[in-house]
Amino acid sequence: MNNSLKCKVIVGGSASGRMLVTKQPINFLSSVDHLTGMITDSNHELYGQCLKNSLLVFPYAVGSSVGAYSIFALKSNGVSPSGIICTSKTDITTASGCAIANIPLLELHKDQDIPEIENFSKAIIDGLSGTLEIKKV
Amino acid sequence: MIVHLSRAEEEGLDGKFGDSISIAYKLLLSIGKATDAERLIPVDWVHLSGVNYNTIGDAGANFLTKYSEEARFSVQTTINPMGYDTHKQNNLSSKFKKKQGEIIKAYESMGSVPSFSCTPYELFELPERGHNVSFAESNAAVMANSVFDLHTNKESSLSALASAVTGKTPYSDLRMSSNRDPKIKIKIDTDLNSELDYGILGYFAGKTVKESCVSFGPHVSNIDMYKTKSLAAALGTSGACGMFSNKEIDGEAISFGKEEAKSVMDELNSNESGDVIALGSPQLGSYELELISNMMGGKKFSKKCMIFCARPTYEKACSSGIAQKLESEGANIICDACTCLSPLLTHDEYDGVITNSIKAAHYLNKSNKISVCLSSIKSIINENTK
Repeated sequence: MNNSLKCKVIVGGSASGRMLVTKQPINFLSSVDHLTGMITDSNHELYGQCLKNSLLVFPYAVGSSVGAYSIFALKSNGVSPSGIICTSKTDITTASGCAIANIPLLELHKDQDIPEIENFSKAIIDGLSGTLEIKKV
Repeated sequence: MIVHLSRAEEEGLDGKFGDSISIAYKLLLSIGKATDAERLIPVDWVHLSGVNYNTIGDAGANFLTKYSEEARFSVQTTINPMGYDTHKQNNLSSKFKKKQGEIIKAYESMGSVPSFSCTPYELFELPERGHNVSFAESNAAVMANSVFDLHTNKESSLSALASAVTGKTPYSDLRMSSNRDPKIKIKIDTDLNSELDYGILGYFAGKTVKESCVSFGPHVSNIDMYKTKSLAAALGTSGACGMFSNKEIDGEAISFGKEEAKSVMDELNSNESGDVIALGSPQLGSYELELISNMMGGKKFSKKCMIFCARPTYEKACSSGIAQKLESEGANIICDACTCLSPLLTHDEYDGVITNSIKAAHYLNKSNKISVCLSSIKSIINENTK
């Protein structure tokens, strides 16, 4: 299965990696360990997963406004996702955190059939053309 | 959609006025793209989060130190609480104090007002209704929109920093009047009595609602400040929603009853009791200090009790004698800091924290990794005084 999905480019750049997918929003201040990149909130469905070198696919960030610094800290500590895709609405915390950390950030266009995206598929973000290529492995 | 910039804004983005302004415009442009803004508009006041070293860590502290070499604020900019009260003794490490000092120095050199408060709306003269501000602290953003009719999005530390430097913000979402009308409502099917009940409602709503504005109907009309702040802080903690309203609307309604309230308590109420009481997330105002003082009824706290408030609130309470009374009843009143991610509350020192704040409970459980006993202020005082 190969899928190419159209996206709006919020922060440009290209990235590739294994997909880490969740339908739950994320509070980057309280749910992520900034030194290791691990999701530490036992109430979150990505609990125990590591963000490092992933392509994170999630709806939007919630909670603390400091989450923007948390995204920057993940990048500074070498444990950030290599790219982020928002599936619902891109929030200000994620947009500003990715902009300062130079993490490519895309938002899926709503006017297309979006397949069930599975965890650990491989994917490539093309921040020039605004596409997300998913390869099931 | 493209964000149209004026000539001066373009020049700022291109670096004509220095790197710090260029970085700020780059941030605003990304946020503008994300929120479909067509242009930037001026703001009257910025309130920044990202002051407590426990929240932003070394990465944030180092970024601010470098950024502040050149950046200067162009509008009134107040700042959130830091980690501790510099006028009081504590056991914090010298590393913590050094890094906290660097952060404060960076904000000072950029020109911030040293407010160290998450409740700026209680301390400063407010702009006229309908004016735009840029509030990063989530409870302050919700309060500004919902109670004081100041227009702000639920800003991030960095979006507000960019607004402080440029005096601008993208015109989008809750800054547009059409988006300030709730499109979704919570139908309340249970009694709401204490400030804790309103916090539980806020936390549930934040988790459930994707929209930027939610209606609670008449249940949130004429409630006191303690309940309003509790609701706003919890809503800001669990969600992306930046405003609540009492407008009655037709259309989609989500039910909030006993079961929904229980699910919030099941997540956050992680201990039957605790060995320290922590009050103030958000920081307590004069009204709340007076309320607690009156509830004490001459008794003393039987456990260690920390009360967090802004310094001007404390000074006012000293003038009226309320601070001295609470201190003689066993309370330790801490200024310039807040329960939320406080380095003073560690799992090495405490087994459990008793609080009435849903916001505090969220961060104590998930960030400080201490269990929490949630209870209303009335019950906390009834059960922990003698």
